[in-house]
Amino acid sequence: MNYEAVIGLEVHVQLKTASKMFTGIPHRFGEEPNRLIDPVVMALPGSLPVINREAVAKSIQVGLLLGCEIAKTCKWDRKNYFYPDSPKNYQITQYDRPLCLGGSVEIEMMGASRSEEGSHREVALTRIHLEEDVGKLTHFDEDSLVDYNRAGTPLIEIVTEPDMYSADEAFAFLTALRRILVYGGISDCDMEKGQLRCDANISIRPEGSKKLGTKVELKNLNSISGVRNGVAYEIARQKKELSEGGTLVQETRRWDADRGMTTAMRTKEEAHDYRYFPDPDLMPVSVSEDWKAELAAVLPEVPFDRQRRYQSELGLPYSSASVLISDRLLADYFEQAVKTGGSPALLANFIANDLLRELGEGEEGVDISSCRVQPEGLSALVKLVEDSVISNQIAREVLAEMLASGAKPGDIVKEKGLEQSSDEGELEAICREAIAANEKAVSQYRDGNPKAINAVKGFVMKATKGKANPKIVNEIIERLVSE
Amino acid sequence: MELNSKTAVELAKLLDSGKVSSEDITRACLDRVESVDPQVHAFLSVDREDALSQARASDARRTEGKSRGPLEGIPLALKDIVAVQGQPLTCASRMLENFVSPYDATAVERLKNAGAILFGRLNMDEFAMGSSTENSAFNRTSNPWDLDRVPGGSSGGSAAAVAASETILSLGSDTGGSIRQPAAFCGTVGLKPTYGRISRYGLVAFASSLDQIGPFTRCVEDAALFLDATCAHDEKDSTSLPDQETDFLKKMGEHADRKWKIGVPKEFFAEGIDPEVRSSVESAIRYYEEQGCTVEEVSLPHSSYAVPVYYILATAEASSNLARYDGIRYGHRAESADNGIDLYYQSRGEGFGEEVKRRIMLGTYVLSSGYYDAYYLRAQKVRTLIRSDFDEAFAKVDCLIGPATPTVAFRAGEKTDDPLSMYLSDVYTISANLAGLPAMSIPCGISSEGCPIGMQIISPVLKEAEMLAVAKQFEDGHDFKGLTAPDRLQGEGAV
Repeated sequence: MNYEAVIGLEVHVQLKTASKMFTGIPHRFGEEPNRLIDPVVMALPGSLPVINREAVAKSIQVGLLLGCEIAKTCKWDRKNYFYPDSPKNYQITQYDRPLCLGGSVEIEMMGASRSEEGSHREVALTRIHLEEDVGKLTHFDEDSLVDYNRAGTPLIEIVTEPDMYSADEAFAFLTALRRILVYGGISDCDMEKGQLRCDANISIRPEGSKKLGTKVELKNLNSISGVRNGVAYEIARQKKELSEGGTLVQETRRWDADRGMTTAMRTKEEAHDYRYFPDPDLMPVSVSEDWKAELAAVLPEVPFDRQRRYQSELGLPYSSASVLISDRLLADYFEQAVKTGGSPALLANFIANDLLRELGEGEEGVDISSCRVQPEGLSALVKLVEDSVISNQIAREVLAEMLASGAKPGDIVKEKGLEQSSDEGELEAICREAIAANEKAVSQYRDGNPKAINAVKGFVMKATKGKANPKIVNEIIERLVSE
Repeated sequence: MELNSKTAVELAKLLDSGKVSSEDITRACLDRVESVDPQVHAFLSVDREDALSQARASDARRTEGKSRGPLEGIPLALKDIVAVQGQPLTCASRMLENFVSPYDATAVERLKNAGAILFGRLNMDEFAMGSSTENSAFNRTSNPWDLDRVPGGSSGGSAAAVAASETILSLGSDTGGSIRQPAAFCGTVGLKPTYGRISRYGLVAFASSLDQIGPFTRCVEDAALFLDATCAHDEKDSTSLPDQETDFLKKMGEHADRKWKIGVPKEFFAEGIDPEVRSSVESAIRYYEEQGCTVEEVSLPHSSYAVPVYYILATAEASSNLARYDGIRYGHRAESADNGIDLYYQSRGEGFGEEVKRRIMLGTYVLSSGYYDAYYLRAQKVRTLIRSDFDEAFAKVDCLIGPATPTVAFRAGEKTDDPLSMYLSDVYTISANLAGLPAMSIPCGISSEGCPIGMQIISPVLKEAEMLAVAKQFEDGHDFKGLTAPDRLQGEGAV
């Protein structure tokens, strides 16, 4: 029998806000333990929570980016349970009325090659709600230590429908979701810092069946590739179990990335009664149409819309468009350069190939926003190519110099005498010399091998140190060999 | 009369005239505490030096012409449930026996800014759960009028300290009557403002949707002074009311001669009321009629559900609010626990008293899945009905007047084995908390056994100035202004 996997994800994302969810103290990763605390974080007697408006705003923006229905009021509930990482021993969350309902995330599957676009589709969301993060426990032989720095960090939980059917789809979903959230300035989504965390619900069923199979909850998926590998392993495990006549139990399993396998954590969901009730310390926040409009106005175009626009309006190939939109800074840089002038295709090429490579080789942490070559500089460089002042090849050299010295491309070209030669008389002499030196290649060309002529062109370029205008060189060689 | 027996309004004049200093008044209060508190046990602790240094600082401000207002230099004692930086905050519980607050409650901050001398930690029922202050983990407070009787609760220490002239004013908190009931039992003025008037930031939560801070005083005007200093929006408390109008002392004066339309809820005179309480309150109502006020009977048909509704909602909230006392970050931690779960069980088992445990269990039960709809949700609906009862009544009358309590102060130990009968001593006060209304108790008589009788005034939301004016009208026509317990408490064990 053939089986089909069904996957749903629960994604927790820490919001990038100036302060914690219910108090004015900031949150950030990597601080000394228990430094980011105050009476509210520590749940001291008499302390009270106050809603962080920025966190509500960012959550509404997530809903707007993902096409959710936004609740008219944002209401708060207490989820009661005892655990040492939870200072109040209840979590303030949203139970029966989440801030965002429905919505979807557009995903793109991997194409056959890097230059081929894969298929797109929407993965449906169930809900998104806002809550607070807990602290962090570290266990030792005799003791456990608690760090409350993370406690109270604004957190959204994004729950998908069981609407993914392979590990690759789950991977594509997280990639797309993360990109949108980073684009929107919602979160940095750094999984290593715990800013994005993901659990997966996985089941399999006979192909064609509508009924969901026995669900396994998979935890400890600590990276995006961990999600792909963990989900793939779990699907294979379940298929193997069933095809060997075994049965599956509803359980929670843990992905062990080092051993590349999942292991059972607990077999039956503990009978938790969270005793949810509305938090009497907090008033519901009303979400007006005006506020929504204000928040929508500052949202960026989503990545896949940009990709489509770059392809259809700016004529970029998929390979460049997909690289540009992978990072909002890169895409913004590109659009700024297009605005200041130059062919989009050439600009895209320089950014996606040369600039990215140069940045990658440079110092750690230097991204395009702090790059020495600003979009205006790149535009000026591309103009020099378009005006036939320099060739593509020379332009690469000039770009390297621009990155190194910060000088303007025109100045570099002048100073180093890199202007392209278009003097036909001078070039014709060199071309004749080249043809004479490559008799064999010329005769092969005449015999119908078009590639053979490249040897002649290469000779010319070498002789002119790349400064010859390739278009004119082509014309001259063409004319001379057919004489 | 001794300085410590005067009202804040009287003392403000003396201070202004330069005849006395804040240090004189504070010393008089502290000396009084030393001489009588061994019998009354209103205070859990007193930081004498801190109080005197505050008083000297206040006197210095006055000399420099920098007085902060009518409460400048006036001693004010605090129920051990509001946070004062550097002072104990025990809530009369073993759980917080050694806890010292690192921050000030907003109300405390505002009283400091008004120049008041904040001193002492007043006894109470543990975590404000009780009606007699017998649930304190540390001490039983006596009623200064009769040491064998309870002072009421949960703010029993606050009421007793004012009645015994150990302080000029005190701060208490009222969740179901915890200010008004002890005020009635001890013959003081006790006022619970509209829910949201005074910030709850720094008030240790019992039931968040019901808790309010309020004053105990020896006259109506002093209560107005307290409200003027404390009522304000606070961005640290989301439930605090924005854009509040205050200036109560001035505004109550403007309402002085009004002919009020007074409603008398018939349900407050039903069975269970002590005949002496009834006749005392009835004669108070007749006094208003003689002053030209109109009186009409009104009905609060759902008031009989107030006690059960209260014990569902208040305990539900409490079960969650008190979950933070787990021995992990602060407070009592069991020494012998073997693992995390044991640490919770043992720390909470040892740290909490019986009544607190009872209410946590009750609240946990009513929130449990399968029971939530039948108890918590149903109670919320009835709470709405109770509110609309008041809306209907206030469409016809300016305020409601009735007894504050069904009986005078009962004897210590009389109800400790019968929680239900203890709960019923709040039967007249609970509704105002459920509806979020301002309400106060003022002395209106003394029983044949020498116990004070309290009359309750309940007003519409935010009508504290009118309520104070109604109270003042009665006070002006009677001898209860500045009332203190008869001075059998002259120290040296003389009772």
